[in-house]
Amino acid sequence: MLIKTNSDGFNHPISSEITSQNIYEGRRDLMKLMAGGVAGAAMATWASREAHAMTPKPGKLAALANTPSKIAGAMALDKLTDYKDASTYNNFYEFGTDKADPARNAHTLKTTPWTVEIEGLVKKPAKYTLEDLLKLSAQEERIYRLRCVEGWSMVIPWVGYSLSELIKKVEPLSNAKYVEFVTLADRKTMPFVGSAVLDWPYVEGLRMDEAMNPLTLLSFGMYGEVLPNQSGAPVRLVVPWKYGFKSAKSLVKIRFTDKLPATAWNKAAANEYGFYSNVNPAVDHPRWSQATERRIGEEGGLFAKKRKTEMFNGYEAQVAAMYAGMDLKKNF
Amino acid sequence: MRQLLLKPAAKPLVFLLCLLPFAWLAYNVAINNLGANPQEALIRATGDWTLRFLCIVLAVTPLRTISKTPQLARFRRMLGLFVYFYVVIHLLSYSWFDMGFDVPEIAKDIYKRPFILVGFAAFVMLTPLALTSFNRAIKALGAKRWQQLHKLVYAVAGLGVLHFFWMRAGKNNFNEVFIYAAILAALLGWRLVQWFNKKQ
Repeated sequence: MLIKTNSDGFNHPISSEITSQNIYEGRRDLMKLMAGGVAGAAMATWASREAHAMTPKPGKLAALANTPSKIAGAMALDKLTDYKDASTYNNFYEFGTDKADPARNAHTLKTTPWTVEIEGLVKKPAKYTLEDLLKLSAQEERIYRLRCVEGWSMVIPWVGYSLSELIKKVEPLSNAKYVEFVTLADRKTMPFVGSAVLDWPYVEGLRMDEAMNPLTLLSFGMYGEVLPNQSGAPVRLVVPWKYGFKSAKSLVKIRFTDKLPATAWNKAAANEYGFYSNVNPAVDHPRWSQATERRIGEEGGLFAKKRKTEMFNGYEAQVAAMYAGMDLKKNF
Repeated sequence: MRQLLLKPAAKPLVFLLCLLPFAWLAYNVAINNLGANPQEALIRATGDWTLRFLCIVLAVTPLRTISKTPQLARFRRMLGLFVYFYVVIHLLSYSWFDMGFDVPEIAKDIYKRPFILVGFAAFVMLTPLALTSFNRAIKALGAKRWQQLHKLVYAVAGLGVLHFFWMRAGKNNFNEVFIYAAILAALLGWRLVQWFNKKQ
């Protein structure tokens, strides 16, 4: 028996819960007021980050100058994850499948010289050196939530610029519908390339509108410094409203195509990892629930509770329009 | 050596040794040295130690037979109870620290994730073994029935390896699983050979 439901994998909010636009737009002014000390000294330091400050650097790697982003949604108010956790708890299977492996093993990665090849359906295909890319647009700091499909999350201050800046420069043709991202797969410097867990090189992909979304970040650094190897140095993608595996690391190629890219985890288990992989608490992974997540570094240590996962990882206002009318249970 | 095993101090000493992994874990909890995801680290570590103690307790009989050291049998009950001790902490780490005693969510997990179902089955099988470990229970059951009941530990070993295997299956990361499987296969295989030889 067919039971028709409105369930399309997207929990539509009750209209009374939607923040009215003028209040939403005015929140930065509220932040600035608080930064001025109106709400008390304790709030001021936190709010001043929003207003004009930069994240304190860990002092580990070369600094990467940046200014806080003004893009809507780009500065999460959540507490930052400790650099130590962000740089020692990683999934980068080219260096091993344990969380501690990338930090332990990625020292063999050679990040200079580095080129990213732009090819496919574009008017201006080219090989960009890392130096070219670093200068292509102004570096911003963006504080993004990162939600791993496994059920944990972090809040990371990335440094980079919108991928759309690069896309505009290479002028995609009208029939370019998707953007494919390819990670380095060098057996000599990446010991686990060749292991059975995934096909190599690691490939990811976005629809053109997703790639052009202002939040989609081409990132060169985190915490005010260049990326550590284990976090996908020297240049990576960050797509904050999707599960973390979509944010491909150590990019060597960006290809514009009219065919849906064959992405790594979709090839490994198509019923578990879809092309879109938008963060969605209403659509479970076949083997585990996606309704909650463990925020790394949450207060309470061993006794810290999990938190509710938000639709599109809390970026609904900036990205939901791209999926209007789509059944997100089918297109998971 | 055999006489040392009979000394009164031997049992407390072995008891303390068996507690060392727990003490080390408790220490790391106290100084917050379990890494970025302490719940996960604790679940994994206690799972590892449950499997290790399972290997240790299953090694007692082959070891005492091959080395002709019957005195080793004194420690089998304590080692078996430590398997249960570590499996209880493993279960608590999952159901309390990871799942916050959210029973509907735990039920959903058991239903959705076969490796958790298998783990629970192993725990359920170990419980009557722990409950019948003391002398009065042995007398009440009688030696033959008690021995038959405690043969369940072989099924527990199999389920334990399957639990670990399925947990690792998503990442094709089987090296450690194969090591435990090999050890347990050898320990159980030895018993199979003994049984076969007896039948001859």
